[in-house]
Amino acid sequence: MMQPAPRLPDSERSAQADQLRDAWAAPTGWRYWTSVNNTQVGLWYAGSAFFFMLFAGVLALMVRVQLAVPGNDFLSADLFNQAFTLHGTVMMFLFAVPIFEAVAIFLLPSMLGARELPFPRLGAFGFWSFLLGGIFVCGSIFFDAAPSSGWFMYPPLATDKEFSGIGADIWLLGLSFIEVASIAAAVEIIVGIMKCRAPGMRINLMPLFAWYLLIVAGMILFAFPPLIAGDLLFEMQRMFDWPFFDPSRGGDPLLWQHLFWIFGHPEVYIIFLPSIALMAMIVPTFAQRPIVGYSWIVLAAVGTGFLSFGLWVHHMFTTGLPQISLAFFSAASEAVAIPTGVQIFVFIATMLAGRVIFSTPMLFGTGGLAIFVIGGLTGVMVALAPFDWQAHDTYFIVAHLHYVLIGGMLFPVVAGIYYYYPLINGRKLSDGLGRLAFWLMFVGFNVAFFPMHLTGLRGMPRRVFTYPDELGLNLLNLVSTVGAFVFAAGVLVVVVDVLRPKHRQPVGKRNPWNAGTLEWINEPQHNWGVRSIPQITSRYPLWQQPELAEQVNDGRWYLADAPHGRREGIVTSVLDARPIQVLRVAGPALITIAAAASLGGAFVAMTFHWWVVTALCAAVSFGAILYWLWTGTGEIPEQATRRAGPDLDLPLYASGPASVGWWAMFITMIGDGTAFGSLVFGYFFYWTIHSDFTAGAAGPGATWPMISVTLFACSWLLTVAARQLNARARVGSMRLALGIAAPLTVLAAVAGFWGPWQAGMEPTRHVYPAIVWILVAWTLVHAALGIVMQLWCLVASLAGRLTPAHDQDMHNVALYWHFMMVTALTAFAVVGLFPMAVT
Amino acid sequence: MIRLLPREVESLWTLFTAPIVWALHFLICYVGAAIYCAKPGLLGLDFAAVRLGIGIVTALALALILLSTLLAWRQWGFGTYDPPHDDATAHSRRRFQGFATLLLSGLSFVAVIFVALPAVFLTECLR
Repeated sequence: MMQPAPRLPDSERSAQADQLRDAWAAPTGWRYWTSVNNTQVGLWYAGSAFFFMLFAGVLALMVRVQLAVPGNDFLSADLFNQAFTLHGTVMMFLFAVPIFEAVAIFLLPSMLGARELPFPRLGAFGFWSFLLGGIFVCGSIFFDAAPSSGWFMYPPLATDKEFSGIGADIWLLGLSFIEVASIAAAVEIIVGIMKCRAPGMRINLMPLFAWYLLIVAGMILFAFPPLIAGDLLFEMQRMFDWPFFDPSRGGDPLLWQHLFWIFGHPEVYIIFLPSIALMAMIVPTFAQRPIVGYSWIVLAAVGTGFLSFGLWVHHMFTTGLPQISLAFFSAASEAVAIPTGVQIFVFIATMLAGRVIFSTPMLFGTGGLAIFVIGGLTGVMVALAPFDWQAHDTYFIVAHLHYVLIGGMLFPVVAGIYYYYPLINGRKLSDGLGRLAFWLMFVGFNVAFFPMHLTGLRGMPRRVFTYPDELGLNLLNLVSTVGAFVFAAGVLVVVVDVLRPKHRQPVGKRNPWNAGTLEWINEPQHNWGVRSIPQITSRYPLWQQPELAEQVNDGRWYLADAPHGRREGIVTSVLDARPIQVLRVAGPALITIAAAASLGGAFVAMTFHWWVVTALCAAVSFGAILYWLWTGTGEIPEQATRRAGPDLDLPLYASGPASVGWWAMFITMIGDGTAFGSLVFGYFFYWTIHSDFTAGAAGPGATWPMISVTLFACSWLLTVAARQLNARARVGSMRLALGIAAPLTVLAAVAGFWGPWQAGMEPTRHVYPAIVWILVAWTLVHAALGIVMQLWCLVASLAGRLTPAHDQDMHNVALYWHFMMVTALTAFAVVGLFPMAVT
Repeated sequence: MIRLLPREVESLWTLFTAPIVWALHFLICYVGAAIYCAKPGLLGLDFAAVRLGIGIVTALALALILLSTLLAWRQWGFGTYDPPHDDATAHSRRRFQGFATLLLSGLSFVAVIFVALPAVFLTECLR
């Protein structure tokens, strides 16, 4: 359908609108909180992240007050440690990353011309997990139990229970829980961008925001899992004394630094790219012309995404690694300046080519970029190892990282708030307050942080709770503190502007900035996203397809009605956005909250070693997730196709690579595989640092691991065969195959367990048995999930919700089993064969 | 007829070819040097062999990136069409993919050279 349908009579149109309104209506009363719609979840997400930011900001002010004068006793040393640790942790994990997830969930569907992201309940689950985990981590400081070892939790300090207390456990478990939410968001965002764009929105027409977010979500898949693997090792040491980071038993604290920074450096770009993505939307609007160098932005986003993974050791320049290693990372750190610079030049070129309107969002945007460039330049300085040896762990680094993060992230986010606020309730924020806030923040920021370069060069180390009078640091510190309060005043003005009641202010016109991108078609008073899903033929549809907005709102494009009262969107092909399916997404649900709360309960209980409660919560969570999947996914539609437009009928069901669920499984398993890969990296890391990495201890031998692999292979083949048999309508044979596969998996797991067990490997004795057990345990947990999935398909087939024509679940389970097989093969080949190969 | 170049692939993934080559090159250089420096006598090699290895891997990586560049240049239409490639046609979309891949190949080429440079100057692990 390249032409819109004719305009229907008013009565029919309003009947259609009523159907849509009912289908998409947000629940009312207390049930409002069971909403899973992207606009509600996105707002809650952003609101919570912002609240956490203010909380962490107050902590920063406390830190600055303490440092205002030498020998101050405003905070005790321990509380100071808690304050700066929590400040860094909250800003990174509870503000910077979640705010981008929030903005993505809120904006992406309307930017892509979709009604909703493909997995709304997953998005809501992620939000509730984030909120609960965040409250848990932040709340700890009120019980004097906050983490206090720095936001990167280095062992041996953080593994020492005497020095780090329960705070380290709160950090590890609370944040692991939040990392799960981030990966959930990544899955949602990748599938949303690849498969749920409006028809016709080919990849060369996609808004740049979507390009950036696609890359960022991909980065999350490779960056967060190493941290999850590290958290696992760390918590095993703290809870059960497995010596991963204890050198006296073969461990090495450096492994943590590697795993942390493999996450930690890409993290900086995971934060930075979405904010720059906001700029890529704002700059063309206020230059009133399309971006100059669309492809160059794609180069910058993809290039930065890749290069940022080659930088992690530049946080470890002073750990005594060989200089050749440092040099590789130094070189890559210099190289990343190229794509970063490209995008800034693209913005400048766009501004030069257009006529810039200096609005409040532009003020924040350009001011932020100016700050960011200074941070980038000091970044090039500290990327040089010899300079870093001088500046490491001084206030120079504190200045550098704040210039990068506040300039590259906070300012653009505030620009985004001023720019996108009309999408929330149709009204603009105050221009006057915005400008006041900008100048307070801009001046305050520079007054606070510029002197820190000098404080650092004069030798003031980070993370000291006070300093003596005679070092010549007094004035610089006092100036920084004054600046911090001016900056905070600016933030406060933004908060006031956002929160002040606006009901007297008239609702402004739609698309108040005269922007060209699709999100401005949105009518904030409706929950349905778009009245009808448009056909896109340009990069800036509102500029280049002048009649589009009216056609969309007259319901002349796709899916203008909801005859079955269901929430529906269109799935399109990856490259050319050809419509291929009508996707029904879930509506409000309590089960997602129950699943998140019980999972959170399990993590909290684990922190306090309440094992019974942990087991109980985990069981409830497991049951809740099963219930959620059984009732909410894989639904067989009442009819095979659905009319999406005058001459377009689309299937309501898809399975395999054509379905969004298959992609979600694939993406999740990539992340899962990365975490597993990080553990394998750990194994070989220990091999490199010891002359005999087994320390003379017996290994699991080759026999049992090989038996296990063989059994896993049989189970895998049977699962794949079950998928084929089912597709050929041989349902009985398919059930038989699954019925044999599940017990075979049990046997495979037992054989895998038996290897290290019969060898008497004690994980607390030395790091070698510990790392072997971790790899085996990882595989066994996955085997347990594999069994659940095999039985799931068996039961679903018996219950009639898995049939030869409706075989989503079977496809997804077979896909899981491909990954399962690779995991088992790798784990048992490594623990069983590698020791023989090197001795 | 024998094809000199493989047939054009319709996929989003081709965009990432050159950066993936960069990532593999980076990993091989780093892991290779790290293992050598941690276990110097492992295969009876000396540091010159490590440098030579990095040289070979670098040459290979650059060759692969050049191939990716060539394919991208073809997908772009050998420079016949100018950006911005924003028409609503599969043709324009392919040109865009080609051009973006070409740019990424250039960046990856430079970045591979960046990463290989230390091996030109360093003659030992130097702890």
